[in-house]
Amino acid sequence: MSTTDEVVIALTAVEKSFGSQKVLDGVSLQVRAGTTTVIVGGSGQGKSVILKHMLGLLQPDAGRVEVFGEDLARCDRRTLQRIRGAFGVLFQNVALFDSMSVYDNVALPLRERTGESETAIRQRVRDKLALMGLEGQEQKFPAQLSGGMKKRVGLARALVLDPKVVFFDEPTTGLDVSRSNEMYRLFFETQKQLNYTAVIVSHDVPKIFKLSDYVALMAEGRLQGCLSPEAFQLSDNPLIRAFVRETMGPIYSSETEEVPRHETLSS
Amino acid sequence: MRFGGFAEGVAADSARQVLGWILLCKFHFIAGSLGERGCDRSSAGRQPDAKREMPMRWIARLGAETLRLLEVSGRYGLFLLNSLWCVATPPYRVAAAVRQIRFIGAHSLFVILFTGLFTGMVLGLQGYYTLTKFGSIGFLGAAVALSLVRELGPVLTALMVIGRAGSAICAEVGIMRNSEQIDALECMAIDPYRFLIEPKVAAAVLVVPLLTCIFDVVGIFGGYLVGVHLFDVSSGSYFQGMYSAVDWLDVRMGLVKSLLFAVLLVWICSAKGFFLHLERDGGFGAEGVSRATTSAVVLSSVSVLVWDYLVSAVML
Repeated sequence: MSTTDEVVIALTAVEKSFGSQKVLDGVSLQVRAGTTTVIVGGSGQGKSVILKHMLGLLQPDAGRVEVFGEDLARCDRRTLQRIRGAFGVLFQNVALFDSMSVYDNVALPLRERTGESETAIRQRVRDKLALMGLEGQEQKFPAQLSGGMKKRVGLARALVLDPKVVFFDEPTTGLDVSRSNEMYRLFFETQKQLNYTAVIVSHDVPKIFKLSDYVALMAEGRLQGCLSPEAFQLSDNPLIRAFVRETMGPIYSSETEEVPRHETLSS
Repeated sequence: MRFGGFAEGVAADSARQVLGWILLCKFHFIAGSLGERGCDRSSAGRQPDAKREMPMRWIARLGAETLRLLEVSGRYGLFLLNSLWCVATPPYRVAAAVRQIRFIGAHSLFVILFTGLFTGMVLGLQGYYTLTKFGSIGFLGAAVALSLVRELGPVLTALMVIGRAGSAICAEVGIMRNSEQIDALECMAIDPYRFLIEPKVAAAVLVVPLLTCIFDVVGIFGGYLVGVHLFDVSSGSYFQGMYSAVDWLDVRMGLVKSLLFAVLLVWICSAKGFFLHLERDGGFGAEGVSRATTSAVVLSSVSVLVWDYLVSAVML
């Protein structure tokens, strides 16, 4: 995988409030081309909100979000469309079009954005579905698929136009260990093949560290450090240390955890 | 020339800023004068603080409500402009529009035939009993046809389409908004106005006037059935009265109304679903969709009746 120093996405002091609740309080981040940046943190900290700012779905109250050098808050609709043309997104709840079949879901970006013939589209869709291990599922509807299969269809749809940047919002949430590993394997293989820049929002720590080039922690409205996984785990930042201890330390080490079941039974 | 996204944001923001500034100036002025008066009184020891703050809170609430109303109006106005722009400019989504024509038009045909027939029959019945009192039974055809072509045809067709297709449009778009499918479209650089809204608007504009014409014809036939076959009105007098009373201007009025109602119903129903996430009382989950659908049906039905009066007043 080739990486360059080219900054694809740059967030500068981004602030965002919903009502009286300040979710982002000066978030800054740089995502470099060809790298995998992982944003970790507890639930409700605003990780997905950062992702929505990068996608231009939310506008910051203050600060700048630049993608490919364009300020998303200031660019016109056409430029935004052009920028989004290089994106692939795997949403947390996958957001498949539920009244379309698996085939139509994956074919939609090709039909809408390319002038390719239906024969060429069919070939590309079948290739992508085969890559995701979804042969024979073309005519099923999203409601007929399992959670893991939906995620794979979502990934096939996100990658069908060979995007430059792919966003993953909690790609393994709700999946069992083997399905999670399958998703990571697919991510690893497709990134090696397509060489895209990846931004992943996840709380699957420490597994996600193996795939990442940079890890940032979302806490107290800010991104704490954007460090290599090794440096992240050894960081002196008290918030990062607390997060690493909590997610990677011994189970039930904290007094705040519930009492182990066997103790409850014996007492 | 496009009215979506950035322009929408800039227009809404500028309007909000200017109005906010004006209201703030007014607010400060009123607050200042009230404050001064309050100070005078409190120095005399007559006015407690809580009572002094009451009008301020009321004014602030009024200002916030006005701003919200303007923001909503701007959002819905830009939605309509965007949708009409997409309908008027290529690329045209013919296949999707045909599917919507089938859904809004062909699937509503039975309801329109049924309601049209019975509306005409009841007009024939009521008209017969009323006109016999005045000995003017020869005007039955004219009364039935004029009522249908000018008023009942366009209005009842629009109400039927709202009930059958408008509610479905709102629920469909609302569920797509709730489950992030519209966000997914935007992230795939697919314009949701062009993909989702344009075919519905184009289909409604084509189909509602046609359904109105069918309603009128079936209604006139219903009046004929009751007047001629049930009672003793002659067929010639029924149709002759209609020919002499109804002219092109009446038909034109009915078509203009049906066209306007088509835009109104598809605009309100799809915008209510499209902006579900921005609803004040929370547009989340199944309950949010149901609330939006109910309010879309109520609002578009009331709008149809209000605009019916306005257009009649202008065109008569």
